[in-house]
Amino acid sequence: MTLHLTGASRRDLLKASVVGGGLVLSFRIAAKAEAAETAGAQALNAYVRVAPSGIVTIMSKNPEIGQGVKTSLPMMIAEELDVAWENVRIEQADNDPKLYSRQFAGGSLATPMNYEDLRRVGAVARAMLVNAAALAWNCTAGDCKTTEGQVIHVATGRKASYGALAGQCAGLPTPDPKTIPLKDPKTYRIIGHPKAQYDVARIVTGEPLFGIDVRVPGLLYATFEKAPVFGAKVASADLDAARAVKGVRKAFVVDGGSDLSGLLPGVAVVADSWWAARKGRNALKTQWADHPTARQSTAGFDRRAAELAAGTPMTTLRNDGDVAAALKGSAHVVEAAYAYPFLAHTPLEPQNTTAHFKDGKLEIWAPSQNPEPGRQLVAKTLGLKPDDITVHMTRCGGGFGRRLSNDYMVEAAWIAREAGVPVKLLWTREDDMRHDFYRPAGYHYLKGGVDAAGNISAWHDHFVTFGEGAQVASSAGMGGNEFPSRFLANFRADQSTMPAGVPMGPLRAPGSNALAFVNQSFIDELAHAAGADPLAFRMKLLGDTPVVGDKSAGYNAARMKGVLAAVEKMSGWKDRGKLPKGSGLGVAFHYSHMGYFAEVVKASVDAMGAVKVHKVWIAADVGRQIVNPLGAINQVQGAAIEGLSHALYQKITIENGATRQGNFGDYPLIRMKDSPPVEVKFVITDYPPTGLGEPALPPVIPALTNAIFAACGKRVRALPIDTSQLKT
Amino acid sequence: MTFRLNVNGKVREVDVDPDTPLLWTLRDTLGITGPKFGCGVGACGACTVHIDGQARRSCTLPVSRVGDARITTIEAIAGDPIGKRVQAAWMELDVAQCGYCQPGQIMSATALLAKTPKPTDADIDAAMSGNLCRCATYTRIRAAIKQASGQKA
Repeated sequence: MTLHLTGASRRDLLKASVVGGGLVLSFRIAAKAEAAETAGAQALNAYVRVAPSGIVTIMSKNPEIGQGVKTSLPMMIAEELDVAWENVRIEQADNDPKLYSRQFAGGSLATPMNYEDLRRVGAVARAMLVNAAALAWNCTAGDCKTTEGQVIHVATGRKASYGALAGQCAGLPTPDPKTIPLKDPKTYRIIGHPKAQYDVARIVTGEPLFGIDVRVPGLLYATFEKAPVFGAKVASADLDAARAVKGVRKAFVVDGGSDLSGLLPGVAVVADSWWAARKGRNALKTQWADHPTARQSTAGFDRRAAELAAGTPMTTLRNDGDVAAALKGSAHVVEAAYAYPFLAHTPLEPQNTTAHFKDGKLEIWAPSQNPEPGRQLVAKTLGLKPDDITVHMTRCGGGFGRRLSNDYMVEAAWIAREAGVPVKLLWTREDDMRHDFYRPAGYHYLKGGVDAAGNISAWHDHFVTFGEGAQVASSAGMGGNEFPSRFLANFRADQSTMPAGVPMGPLRAPGSNALAFVNQSFIDELAHAAGADPLAFRMKLLGDTPVVGDKSAGYNAARMKGVLAAVEKMSGWKDRGKLPKGSGLGVAFHYSHMGYFAEVVKASVDAMGAVKVHKVWIAADVGRQIVNPLGAINQVQGAAIEGLSHALYQKITIENGATRQGNFGDYPLIRMKDSPPVEVKFVITDYPPTGLGEPALPPVIPALTNAIFAACGKRVRALPIDTSQLKT
Repeated sequence: MTFRLNVNGKVREVDVDPDTPLLWTLRDTLGITGPKFGCGVGACGACTVHIDGQARRSCTLPVSRVGDARITTIEAIAGDPIGKRVQAAWMELDVAQCGYCQPGQIMSATALLAKTPKPTDADIDAAMSGNLCRCATYTRIRAAIKQASGQKA
């Protein structure tokens, strides 16, 4: 079964969203009315409160960063609770691991980690309401059923609303979640049905939802200037000049530490308005101490990578068969060096946090993807007990992995304690771009062979990355299982590392967002060496064994072949020969975050080397259930278009130990005019539902570079794409 | 310095430095936080407001240059029939992901439709390419503009 969500069917789907609750949501009642309708609510558990009016309030446990969990996770509860979606109100939970266990946005894990548990949360609440009715009616729970917010006695048709029953649930025993049967998915009215984002009306009317919008009485505004060279200390700063600026209340040096993930040295300026704080900061004329990493540069890393590639690898990640012998016996041997740069996350809302320290306790409002480690970092740095720190989660203006780190949170906490008043720390865009945890750059020196039958006979990758010895920097590693490992008899992956004083960390589909480019491009090179159709060549490489590898870390080749076949059909792959000169289709697939994705890009290259992306087709397998199809398509389309940004434009360069780029002028994001249509198809298979925030991104990059090769015969081996190399 | 600003149909008096960008006057002084800060250099469009009906980047517009022009922010755009239609289309198509850029997108789209009631794809490209969406919801932004203008996506 497939869900085809494009063209006319997509329009139907969008229309459906309005009928199914969009309009109700879109004219949300005012806050006052909302308070009235939820008055007197009875809590059935940590997630569910039912008001006498029948309005059900559901807590959303995880940070909302644009991935849609504030809607999709409550949908899971509401489905099993059996309540009409328009009677659901959703509230963002505070960070409270005791009540909600891990609360974070990462790894595309919200769906796989919560799908079972949150449905059971809803089912237990429903069972309590049924038990309350059974008690009142002197019958058994088995005599009753529920329909959208009502318990019904089947034999007599007697009814009671959840609102009327909720008050009678107090004191009733909570059933064991494991004993409660879940609904047959065929009967779902919420899960699998398109629902507009719960906050959609608030978003389009500009209501204060984000961290940057937080306002508390007596609030002052702060900036924090750190050294361009990561971790360098303050040598001097003209604090008096800053204090002389109108509106500035305080200016002080923060000593900070040397851990790049913690509180770093810098100068804080606190003022009546953020603009005044910025002007104060401009007056500081801060000088920075010399630092051991002040001479490092991207050019130096590039040179060192080439030296390491020429030497003996430091570590062997995997060594199957005999690669050297197999290369000797190959009909064709291809050698290629691939490279990709550091990338910044640039969520559109710059980093910020509001903090208030009073009477030994700290209250924090933060757009964090990972609030609990933030609370622990603040506790450790400020010497407070974690229990004396409250973290409120605000909506995040994008995350992409950047807000898994909590450096801005600890800065705000420190500054607020020093200032003695509530403070909102806000970074500039330049602060954000120059103090990121960058997607690590990387280098791959590949050798591959193809035999006379057109099969890959050998694959050798010498991966040069950042780290010390066998220890790699955050998100800078490669697993020995990375495809096409385990699909080839002769496969070897080696690794060498070089140190870097550059903060690194996960960016949407970490590892995969770079490795898919390298591996799926090199597979394409081998396909062309073999004179084969690149898609058929991949199908053959995936083979006839459904699951390759052991059960715990198996690669489901059958699922990948399923999406590859689907995208072949969607994209009209077989007719690609009819495309005009200068145009081409490229294909790639990648498995990450438990999702199987195959993608085709149609691109053209003109005589000057300019690249135009005309269309992207995506076939995705994330299991048996798409929780919210409306959000799901948006995630997949957005991830693919972001991947095009990486491929076409983005590069962070280190010069003199610091990031050169500072704003969207020198670190461009893709814009409307360059953004292609993206057609998405979910291939439904009988596996547990998995996440969608990340896995759509990796394949689009090699699909594009492979399309460029098809269009103009030039192989892109370094990102971002250098169009001057594509002139014909 | 004191300035009298005509914001969302009301005259508001503010005491700020003349070089203060309108964005920070709106956000920090007046508490109007719909216009967002994204870049500070007019490169992302998150801060877009209307000045006498024209889409302008409020992060690079000093408050001293506004004069008595009519300032409209996302908070009041529903008072404009076109703005209201654009917001409705944004909701019906569920355009947003994180939502941070969308107030600016809606302001730019409303200004586009006021001038060009039935925009072509090229018109949309020209009018909307100054507004970044980091989540890349461009597909739905385009569809929502078409819907708000009564055209098929």
